[in-house]
Amino acid sequence: MKKPPTVLIYGYGNPGRQDDGLGNAFVEKMEQWVRDGNISSITFDSNYQLNIEDAEAIADKDLVIFVDASDEPIDDFCLTRVNASEASVEFTMHAVSASFILHLCNQLFDKYPECYLLHLKGYEWEFKEGLSGKANSNMLKAFDFLCKKLRHPESRIDLFKESVEC
Amino acid sequence: MARKITIEPVTRVEGHGKVTIHMDDNNNIVQSRLHIVEFRGFERFVQGRPYWEAPVLVQRLCGICPVSHHLAAAKAMDVIVGAGNGDGLTPTGEKMRRLMHYGQIFQSHVLHFFHLVSPDLLFGIDASPEIRNIISVSIEHRDIAVQGVMMRKFGQEIIRATAGKKIHGTGAIPGGINKNLSIEERDFFLKGDDPFNADHMITWSLSAVEFIKDYLRKNREMVDNFAAFPSNHLSIVRKDGAMDLYHGVLRAVDHNGKKILHDVDYQDYLDYIGEEVKSWTYMKFPFIKKLGKEDGWYRVGPLARLNACDFIPTPLAQKEFEEFRAYTGGKPNNMSLYTHWARLIEVLHAAEMMKELLNDPDLQGDDLVVKGTKTREGIGLLEAPRGTLFHHYRINDDDLIEMANLIVSTTNNNTPMNRAVESVARQYMTGQTEITEPMMNAVEVAIRAYDPCISCATHALGKMPLEIELYDSENNLLDKKQK
Repeated sequence: MKKPPTVLIYGYGNPGRQDDGLGNAFVEKMEQWVRDGNISSITFDSNYQLNIEDAEAIADKDLVIFVDASDEPIDDFCLTRVNASEASVEFTMHAVSASFILHLCNQLFDKYPECYLLHLKGYEWEFKEGLSGKANSNMLKAFDFLCKKLRHPESRIDLFKESVEC
Repeated sequence: MARKITIEPVTRVEGHGKVTIHMDDNNNIVQSRLHIVEFRGFERFVQGRPYWEAPVLVQRLCGICPVSHHLAAAKAMDVIVGAGNGDGLTPTGEKMRRLMHYGQIFQSHVLHFFHLVSPDLLFGIDASPEIRNIISVSIEHRDIAVQGVMMRKFGQEIIRATAGKKIHGTGAIPGGINKNLSIEERDFFLKGDDPFNADHMITWSLSAVEFIKDYLRKNREMVDNFAAFPSNHLSIVRKDGAMDLYHGVLRAVDHNGKKILHDVDYQDYLDYIGEEVKSWTYMKFPFIKKLGKEDGWYRVGPLARLNACDFIPTPLAQKEFEEFRAYTGGKPNNMSLYTHWARLIEVLHAAEMMKELLNDPDLQGDDLVVKGTKTREGIGLLEAPRGTLFHHYRINDDDLIEMANLIVSTTNNNTPMNRAVESVARQYMTGQTEITEPMMNAVEVAIRAYDPCISCATHALGKMPLEIELYDSENNLLDKKQK
């Protein structure tokens, strides 16, 4: 039997800043779904932001789905393919983008996993716990969307390739 | 025609800084300022919350060094629960926290050096931003880039093992710690396959120190004159004068090395440290009270720590410390770019400390928490990667926090960063009529030496572009540059 592709779902943001924690909350929900369904080959990570060591973390994966909050003009959520791109060293910013991580992974480890970024629309960013109601609703829609894509291990990557939406 | 140059990085939420440089009609620098919009509402956010929540809550202040805030708050809460002032925990409690802290120092310094600084050093601060980045390092010096990634990962895994998780760790609790380190976890770090083990981290740290020393030797004239200015230096030191990044007494020395704060108990910090407010920035300006606002400002961070301590209590870092101090004849080093050397000596010290702690059987102990007689007020200080971090709390009869005061490392370095910008502006911009890339880079490199954490607290999709704008005396835009 063909080995299913390995998947990493990586949510990032600050859960102490309301909707900035969308990515982290999404990972928690997906972890529960994977546990309950006994679904194989899916691993998870969560952090405040992406950083250089994540280039190593994605190197041995076939499919990586980054999940982040977004205040861009999108309706609820959208999925975009991540292409490797260079990024200059920013002023004092310690976080880096998903495309930067992919580029670094390719440079350092000669690997180029299939990567996507799930953008979850957020609205509130204050020092408070918990997601806003609308953000939570967006997360649930994205959760349903992703579960459908990941339910069948063998076709996971193909399903993602044809489902980029934004 | 007077001119004003503005360098402004923009973020989506708050937490940004800009540099304004004012020039007179002859293009001489008349004033330069680093404005940092620092969110000050956090202290109010914790008010009304139960005190035992503070070590977890405060991690939301900063996504860059949450462990430092976690531990500083826990130390303050130790005082409140009657577990002593940094010296009353069980051996397991204190050593687990120390391991967490040195893991944080290690990974934070490594990130700063390999990701942010090494491109400047390898390609030159005059190099184009297109090549002055970690991607170029990964192409031209792949071994160095891999080293940075793996060292950073090691520190992060130490944090995960001691704090419980990478986000909102719960390891430190008032009076101690909530877990010990299992034999399996210990062996993961001590006996992992190369390069992922403590010995290899020491080897790589040594090579990083050699790298910076080689750079400094080859670029001595530039480095010795770049953002060099006399200052006071403040740090925690162990009671015997040793470097101790987790706990100690508060010491300050002047630019000549004379002690101006004599190893005082930091529970009394309000007797010694004041904070000045200025109208043009949200960030306060701390100073040593007895010297006043004008003369009492100080540096914190790696350079200040190596200037303030008497020795480093691990052998390899001590050897490097002796060489560091010898360079300035035993006097404090007041040259901003030598912060990078100091930072890498601390990386080596942190690697040695992690190995020493991992080999300590106390980490497998079961006595985790101490309780005593509760008090209403507690202060916790430690040396965070960027410098001294102050956490001060007072609680009410219902165990709720009614007052919090935080002085973060970047705030302590407010005046030094402003001095560094002014020094570089005078050196690179005097007499110039347009903004050039090297000028912009020089300002950036000067600020970066202090590794300010102005983008903490939140992020999402978004960039942090760096902009310079040049205005005439009537506020007309003359020139604009962005990277």
